[in-house]
Amino acid sequence: MVVETATRQMTYQQAINEALRIAMREDPTVVLLGEDIAGGAEVDHLINEDAWGGPMGVTKGLVQEFGRNRVLDTPITESGFIGAAVAAAATGLRPVAELMFVDFFGCCMDQIFNQGAKFRYMFGGKAACPVTIRTQIGAGVSAAAQHSGCHYSVFTHMPGIKCVVPSTPADAKGLLLSAIRDDDVVMFFENKVLYGMKGEVPEGDEGIPLGKADIKHAGDDVTIVAISRMVTQALKAAETLASEGIEAEIIDPRTLSPLDEETILASVAKTHRLVIVDEDNPRCSAATDIAAMVADKGFDTLDAPIKLVTAPHTPVPFSPPLEQAYVPSPERIVEAVREIA
Amino acid sequence: MSATGTAAIELDRDTLLGMYERMLQIRTFEDMAGKNFAAGLIPGFVHLYAGEEAVAVGICSQLTDTDVITSTHRGHGHCIAKGVDIPGMVAELMGKSTGICKGKGGSMHIADVEKGMLGANGIVGGGIPLACGAALTAKTLGTGGVAVCFFGDGASNQGTFHEGLNLAAIWNLPVVFVCENNGYAEATPVHYHCSASDIANRASAYEIPGVVVDGLDVFAVYEAAREAIDRARRGDGPTLLEAKTYRYYGHFQGDQVTYRTAEELERFKQRDPIQALRGALIDRGLATAEELDAIDARVTRQLDEAWNAARAAPFPEPDEVLTDVYVSY
Repeated sequence: MVVETATRQMTYQQAINEALRIAMREDPTVVLLGEDIAGGAEVDHLINEDAWGGPMGVTKGLVQEFGRNRVLDTPITESGFIGAAVAAAATGLRPVAELMFVDFFGCCMDQIFNQGAKFRYMFGGKAACPVTIRTQIGAGVSAAAQHSGCHYSVFTHMPGIKCVVPSTPADAKGLLLSAIRDDDVVMFFENKVLYGMKGEVPEGDEGIPLGKADIKHAGDDVTIVAISRMVTQALKAAETLASEGIEAEIIDPRTLSPLDEETILASVAKTHRLVIVDEDNPRCSAATDIAAMVADKGFDTLDAPIKLVTAPHTPVPFSPPLEQAYVPSPERIVEAVREIA
Repeated sequence: MSATGTAAIELDRDTLLGMYERMLQIRTFEDMAGKNFAAGLIPGFVHLYAGEEAVAVGICSQLTDTDVITSTHRGHGHCIAKGVDIPGMVAELMGKSTGICKGKGGSMHIADVEKGMLGANGIVGGGIPLACGAALTAKTLGTGGVAVCFFGDGASNQGTFHEGLNLAAIWNLPVVFVCENNGYAEATPVHYHCSASDIANRASAYEIPGVVVDGLDVFAVYEAAREAIDRARRGDGPTLLEAKTYRYYGHFQGDQVTYRTAEELERFKQRDPIQALRGALIDRGLATAEELDAIDARVTRQLDEAWNAARAAPFPEPDEVLTDVYVSY
């Protein structure tokens, strides 16, 4: 049976906003916490109205519907409010906290990885911590070294945390709904360069399961695993490659933890070649992790070395030409494929 | 030996005997933990609470399971005072499968969410934002619960202390912050590590009440805590309560405690909080020495049984290492 789901065009940012609104409507324990996610708290003319709706406007309009008791502007106090969100989750709420930029994790990491992510294990399975932490990642807007990192690899390394890296508006909506409904600690990485990206987004409240990769483009000649915004870069590369007679299969893991190993291995078994595209720094990263997994479990199916196309092992530079050199480009992806195709 | 405060007059015999028994359970638990650690029965680190019993019991005896506490690396006393199962705690210290956390947490991570015990904590100051979160839940869901946040003098220098107090103050959260000032952050005395002569003074920076209380006097603690808990329950916001107390053992078992004198320890033992309560009960004719001795014997028997049961209990199966990481994965 084919179920027709109506869709309409919206941006990645609007899709996230819609998911938050749906989750808050369906579950009164869902509360949002973050710095200026409404803005203008206790300003007389903004009682139930936002000044900003988040620094990028992602949470715009939510305070109007849900009020300031569920859309909580926090002080600039990442340890304080991320920790509060973690314990609120362990005691009966289902909070969605916004860590404005992932680069700020240094200010609150203890509360995420030592507290929330370890509660269930340390407490012998007798606790759950259903908190979602939304955070911005990505270079491309000259936000410089402290506002442009990806760093999802750091969180993927840590047990007790799930890592979600949506690359399209539809995925952003469906995955965020699943993240909020999930009973574990979920880091939800929003690529700031994608906020304006438009795409077809289904109506309704259906989530996309965590741990299911999506084949964004089918092909038989090479597998390209691309993460977050790198899916867009890989799709551009696929066009060039197609003109050269190389059909690339582009796999978007959508979540790095859990990782859909099966879909990746099945694709490599078909194409016998693998390129991994990742905007995070290259050492001990999601890219090296996926490469190691395929080397371990799919070595016999490979006909060529695994190629990694990643950011360099540097902080993110400021100056536009430097930043452009930092982010993996479609050209670099094409080049990597040519080396092994 | 003294016991002060109007609470001393108001509390009835059953409540007082219950508090006496709880304090004694903590003392006996810790003394036995010290011995069994030395005997090699407890892996890892243990940080003992003996000497500080009046703080945990003076406060937790006023809480219900709806109220949540956060604790510290020196958390056994808070757990017992909050009603966590003692045999389960003993087995946890030994890493046995019958432990309250199935042997996965150990001394520093004993927790029982059902009892409103959100965990001992291996991170100094780590529980302070967590208490704000538990209080946010209580406030949002209207449970009427409060959060009590135990931490030491050392934690008052962590950023989380300042972030937590500010957050609780601006959101008017039902939290009681309880600083157990035992004079030393590990091996460093409070007069060196803390800029304030009273840590309670730091409350003024957040414009919340800051109260110093004699942490060796369970009545004084009870009374100060009652006001702070009532205030939180009324919706009037947080309080910082500083209980001046003392730990009989070192920072951890194995600590040679070269940073303080034997005379200092002896001076504090002269003001032992359990002996003080015992004296008050007898002086006021609420209990006889024989009745209290019977409680002492019952507690010793209970703890002996708990240790014996834990010794006999099995260790977890090795494949247990893989469970309880996620609810679903």
